[in-house]
Amino acid sequence: MKSAMPEKFDVIVVGAGPAGTACAYTCAKNGLKVLQIERGEYPGSKNVMGGVLYRKQLEEIIPEFWKEAPLERPIVEQNFWLMDKNSVVKFGYKGLEWGEEPYNNFTVLRAKFDQWFAQKAVEQGSLLINETVVKECIVENGKVVGVRTDRPDGDVYADVVVLADGVNSLLAKQLGFRKELRPDEVALAVMEVINLPKEKINDRFNVNDNQGCTIEIFGDSTKGNLGTAFIYTNKDSINIGVGTTLSSMIKSKMKPYDLLDQLKNHPMVSPLLEGGESAEYLAHLIPEGGYNSVPKVVGNGVVVVGDAAQLVNAIHREGSNMAMASGRMAAEAIIKAKERNDFSEAGLSSYRDALYESFIIKDLQKYKDAAHTFEENPQYFQYYLPMLNKAMSEFFTVDGVPKKDKQKEMMKMLTGEKGKLNVIKDIYRAWKAVK
Amino acid sequence: MHIVVCIKQVPDTKIIKINPKTNTLDRRSAPAILNPYDAHAVQEAVNIKKELGKGHISVISMGPPPATDIIKKSVEIGADEGYLITDRAFAGADTLATSYALSKGLEKIAKARPIDMIICGKQAIDGDTGQVGPGIARRLDIPPVTNVLEVLEVNEKERTVLVKRKTSGGYEIVQAELPCLLTVEKEVNEIEYAPLPNMIKAARYEPVIWTVNDFEGVDRTKLGLKGSPTVVGKMFTPPRPEGGKKLEGTADEQVKQVIDIMLERKELFFVK
Ligand SMILES: Cc1cc2nc3c(=O)[nH]c(=O)nc-3n(C[C@H](O)[C@H](O)[C@H](O)COP(=O)(O)OP(=O)(O)OC[C@H]3O[C@@H](n4cnc5c(N)ncnc54)[C@H](O)[C@@H]3O)c2cc1C
Repeated sequence: MKSAMPEKFDVIVVGAGPAGTACAYTCAKNGLKVLQIERGEYPGSKNVMGGVLYRKQLEEIIPEFWKEAPLERPIVEQNFWLMDKNSVVKFGYKGLEWGEEPYNNFTVLRAKFDQWFAQKAVEQGSLLINETVVKECIVENGKVVGVRTDRPDGDVYADVVVLADGVNSLLAKQLGFRKELRPDEVALAVMEVINLPKEKINDRFNVNDNQGCTIEIFGDSTKGNLGTAFIYTNKDSINIGVGTTLSSMIKSKMKPYDLLDQLKNHPMVSPLLEGGESAEYLAHLIPEGGYNSVPKVVGNGVVVVGDAAQLVNAIHREGSNMAMASGRMAAEAIIKAKERNDFSEAGLSSYRDALYESFIIKDLQKYKDAAHTFEENPQYFQYYLPMLNKAMSEFFTVDGVPKKDKQKEMMKMLTGEKGKLNVIKDIYRAWKAVK
Repeated sequence: MHIVVCIKQVPDTKIIKINPKTNTLDRRSAPAILNPYDAHAVQEAVNIKKELGKGHISVISMGPPPATDIIKKSVEIGADEGYLITDRAFAGADTLATSYALSKGLEKIAKARPIDMIICGKQAIDGDTGQVGPGIARRLDIPPVTNVLEVLEVNEKERTVLVKRKTSGGYEIVQAELPCLLTVEKEVNEIEYAPLPNMIKAARYEPVIWTVNDFEGVDRTKLGLKGSPTVVGKMFTPPRPEGGKKLEGTADEQVKQVIDIMLERKELFFVK
């Protein structure tokens, strides 16, 4: 069989995660000829996320998606746990307004969700190919003109190539858009899906069938490493995971799966999981470099979206929404470029402009020093958090000590050997980092 | 040379669970795939076409609407077109009714483009009967050649095919006249990594769908459950092979026990 001339598309999207699919969907919907290439057996087969899907950014692409998307539970309760060895200080919010349309956010299982989302793009006319790895971009005269896959006769051409290949985007690196990630720019997260009957989940988390709950856990959950752990409720399973920056893991010589094991066996956590059956074990990197790590996102004939552009707000565990929003913005820029038939860096630059004017870059900018502050000042997790637990214990213990003395005692505990001035400095520093 | 391959969508029995109450396969517990033997059958058609330098490959399946997936998969491997026979009237078919329905489909395909060869997988991994291929050959009155290990030669001029087929004690070389029906073993070929243009073609491909009304002169009593004389008497999960003996005690005691057992069973050391 002779191989004919390779086909040419308007757009090739590499990767079928939320970023790539949002882009493919929007392009196809606007009549562009789209090819989406995914290396997994199917979209989502290897994709990992704690599981909180935000409504807003997907709604902007598919209105009322919750009526048909494979979602687990709408989240009505979000909690923070500041956990010590044998205690935890909890705070959170539960609001039933989140349990009704249009909802706030949902738990999802990515293997199901990504497949559904990619199918929606196919329904708009995008062509999806699985089990195919893009090895490199084809560059001619300083312009990306297509991609080379690992298949026989594997070259395919397009006016624009969208790099949506995730956190470790080899393609963006090959083009020189970014450097190798530093260990302090990525977190390694491991998580497990634990099957548990619906009734048990409802009991243990005090929710109804169609209500979900999230818990973000700080402190002992990461054994002093910079990072967080999480527990999210699905329909009849629980996602539990923990992630910390590679650099702090290297420093503390801890392994992520040890952390997860310790977390599952923590006395504050294990009763929630009891009797559950481990269904899946997953590991993935999370871009945590924030604003300072965002690479070049537009070139001649190419744009970078989602995790590949390091668009994750680690402090608010927002990633999939930024991925979708960036994918949509890129698509809008491509549609404009197509009208003018100008796919140069200048022709596609409206993507960059939109990105930098949006909540995405604004949020990343706001928190650009947060990770460093916490990484370089381990006292927040290692010192204040246990102190806070002790202080709360003191506060709630009825032992005949007058409340006034108790308050004094608590203040002393919190400031302790550090002295008031240092504590005030630390609080100011933390506030500056996240303000 | 027009080759038609019969394919079936099956649950991946490597991972499927069995419903402990009914002893039937819990089909939701495993993804549906192209029956592995059939994938080799499609690949063989592709290899023959390549060898001859020309030809046309069609695939046909009977099954529920999601079976369009395996037709697309066949296009990835290199099929030119695919037909899906899908209708409630076909539901519950055993091998007799299935081979009847497929032979009706094959007759319809042959009307538009005469068929020179039909290839089936040796058997489907969910039923393991291996009866549908020979059943089709019988109905179409062409020679069935089962358990093919290698296709040695397809001679278009002489209208013959020479194959090596597996027998219980070894293999035999058989020549058959075209048109004929082959059923293939996995050894017949290696599935190739599909070229990108095939992948793109498959992503776009819409199979031809036929319902019972698309067939003229079909005997409805021979279709589906009605046309299926097979009675399933009983289903059971074969007992798991019993595990070995479990040794107890401290590590030292266990080591001693193992050594004793090994010495007792001298054959482990090929000592008579
Ligand atoms: C443990 C964990 C918890 C998280 N929790 C949340 C959360 O609760 N909420 C939230 O919003 N975000 C969360 N995130 C972040 C979120 O998962 C990501 O931001 C989001 O998935 C990014 O989407 P993406 O499409 O850019 O990349 P991905 O989802 O990583 O998709 C990239 C796709 O590209 C494919 N691919 C890669 N390279 C190639 C190639 N060369 N050729 C072909 N295909 C390729 C991959 O197979 C993959 O399908 C979490 C992440 C982790 C790891």
